Amino acid sequence: MDVLFDNLDLYGPGFLTTVELFALAAVGSLIWGTILAMLRVSPVPVFRAAATTYVTLFRNTPLTLIFFFFALAFPLLKIVQISFFTAAVTALILYTSAFVCEVLRSGINTVPVGQAEAGRALGLTFGQILGSVVLPQAGRTVVPPMVSTMIALLKNTTVAAGFSVVEAGAIQSYLSERGYNVFVGMLWVALFFIILVIPMTLLQRSLEKRWSVAR
Amino acid sequence: MRIRTLAVGLMAGALALTACGKEGSPTDSGAQAPQQTAVQGVDVPGSPTFAKIKAEGKVTIGVKEDQPGLGYKDPTTNKYTGFDIEIAKLVAAKLGFGEDKITYKAVPSAGREQAIANGDVAYYVGTYTINDNRKKQVGFAGPYYTAGQGLLVKKDNTDITSKDTLKGKKVCSVTGSTPIQRVREQGLTEPGNIVELQNYSQCIGQLDQGQVQALTTDDAILKGYAAQEPDKFKLVGEPFSKEPYGIGIAKDDKALRDKVNDILQAAIDDGTWQKIYDNTLGKSGSPATAPKIERY
Repeated sequence: MDVLFDNLDLYGPGFLTTVELFALAAVGSLIWGTILAMLRVSPVPVFRAAATTYVTLFRNTPLTLIFFFFALAFPLLKIVQISFFTAAVTALILYTSAFVCEVLRSGINTVPVGQAEAGRALGLTFGQILGSVVLPQAGRTVVPPMVSTMIALLKNTTVAAGFSVVEAGAIQSYLSERGYNVFVGMLWVALFFIILVIPMTLLQRSLEKRWSVAR
Repeated sequence: MRIRTLAVGLMAGALALTACGKEGSPTDSGAQAPQQTAVQGVDVPGSPTFAKIKAEGKVTIGVKEDQPGLGYKDPTTNKYTGFDIEIAKLVAAKLGFGEDKITYKAVPSAGREQAIANGDVAYYVGTYTINDNRKKQVGFAGPYYTAGQGLLVKKDNTDITSKDTLKGKKVCSVTGSTPIQRVREQGLTEPGNIVELQNYSQCIGQLDQGQVQALTTDDAILKGYAAQEPDKFKLVGEPFSKEPYGIGIAKDDKALRDKVNDILQAAIDDGTWQKIYDNTLGKSGSPATAPKIERY
């Protein structure tokens, strides 16, 4: 208990930064991932190819390398100066959106082709079919894997600790230097992560119940 | 072994890809340090650690591997060199273990207490500052060196002359390290200008590229980097803290702690300590006086 209460000045801001990183990256990657998924199923070959390349590239690159690029190499290009926090959010969005895209695409694949054909027969455009017929059903189907992706994102935020963003992952180094028992300190960190994940799991359950598609 | 080579290769590749690689070969400091011969028939009664290493016939020593001049592992030859390594060797020799009986184990700062408590290492020599909080978890012999927090800047930098001229400048150090915590607590620069990276070589890269203006940590570590590339970097200002480096030993092993203190005292008295310093950190050009052993 002492380790926690003596170092509330570490745990408090640390986890606040973790939550901030997560919230921004989650919203960003859900939006960008959805756009990517739409590109991947679009009728335009160039869009499909571009999105496929993106997903292949980012899904196969270790997150640490993407962080490396944005935190250490990107500033050298002198395009725009970004803070380490912005760099971390950007890296997390670019990485996670590749997974979000694939999760959503698997959902799209569950929607029977007949529905899209029916929509086309009614005279709907591609955007209308996707927006009103396919994506709503796809989104409902993929609630569990999407929540898993978001939980993975939450834990991935700790990589930012190595790149000058002081969040939950940095607590260990600080504790060690302050002379506290790192092992006990890390147990608290693990506990806080579980507490952060619980609401997401509850959300998943309730959405699964409410959104389940009758087939 | 092959996996490690592969890992090093991949890491080197990753660094090269992200333009973080460092050019030039490290100094071979420590190459001419005095040879230590193992003392025969040593016994440390009442020391569980010593009993264990005696039974195994070899000793595992915790060190750092990324600090030139102190504890550095040459990735091409896998040889460890530096001041801390020489001290570790000296202690091992006086405990009866020659160089061929030593296994070095690189343990990063955050893992030190655990490595000692678990018995993964018999003792730890790696810029380990003695303080009261740490004494609750590990025992310390020494100090074998007294460092102080210093500043490393580019050779042509004239803005930064002491810790009081850091305002508005970007200052880099390792995540959560005592020096960077001190910079934050004393408000030496604005919170937004504090850069915390995984290791000192990343900070050196940032300093070299001009992304940060100063690197702060113990002057011993900075001396190592300055000695490596004297026409690029320099130390400025007076050291603004006292960091007595100790040898980390299992907390309850007072017998071994007393023995190591005796070994260090003897080395200081007969000039071996000075020889080791002159052949390693001393190459940076700045002198040092032997510390006073503090027994507790």
